[in-house]
Amino acid sequence: MNHVFLIGQVIMSLALVLAFVRVVRGPSLPDRVIALELFTTTIVGMVGLHAIKSGIPSFLDAAIVIALMGFLAAIGFARFLERGGPRDD
Amino acid sequence: MIDLIKGTLIIAGSLFMLLASIGILRLPDLLTRMHATTKAAALGVMLIMVAAAMHFAETSIVARALAIVVFILMTAPVAAHVIGRAGYFVGSKLWSGTVKDELRPNYDPLTHELKSGMETQENAKRQPRDTDPD
Repeated sequence: MNHVFLIGQVIMSLALVLAFVRVVRGPSLPDRVIALELFTTTIVGMVGLHAIKSGIPSFLDAAIVIALMGFLAAIGFARFLERGGPRDD
Repeated sequence: MIDLIKGTLIIAGSLFMLLASIGILRLPDLLTRMHATTKAAALGVMLIMVAAAMHFAETSIVARALAIVVFILMTAPVAAHVIGRAGYFVGSKLWSGTVKDELRPNYDPLTHELKSGMETQENAKRQPRDTDPD
């Protein structure tokens, strides 16, 4: 079972690296925002997997909070874009 | 047996997340990238949370895992819609192979006003209501 956890963590880390490439290369700010949203979603998955691996269910509370923060960040960035704030992308 | 199901769910969830990030890296414009990430990553998180619920198998923890699933299921489409709308408004380029952009003729990029195509002199008139003061 430990190998399964390790494989899952490696695959999700690879997903984080690929999303980070889009954060760096992204031609416009909305592209970077959706890449950051993918970041938070992947990290929620990683925290859930860590909760299973370590056997401590309190990590699921942290996963809830991270998902909430990601959603609020996406809403905030979208408001910022629609209001037409200063951009440098 | 339950280990087998758990392992399958974990590997499938992480593969869906990898698929989402490959999509965000390879697809050509904002809306197609969003279509890849929102659905695949949400499905990946849901599979992993189901695995967590099966692993702990206590009522409170299963409820928490299902709360995460419901939360992701409710917020992912809302966030995607809001960001897609903002991206369209700030004028992100669509892919050159885009077949149809139904918003383009009905949208004024300067005033951000949307038209429904139903605007006539007749519709613009104000209808009297019962609550109007005489």
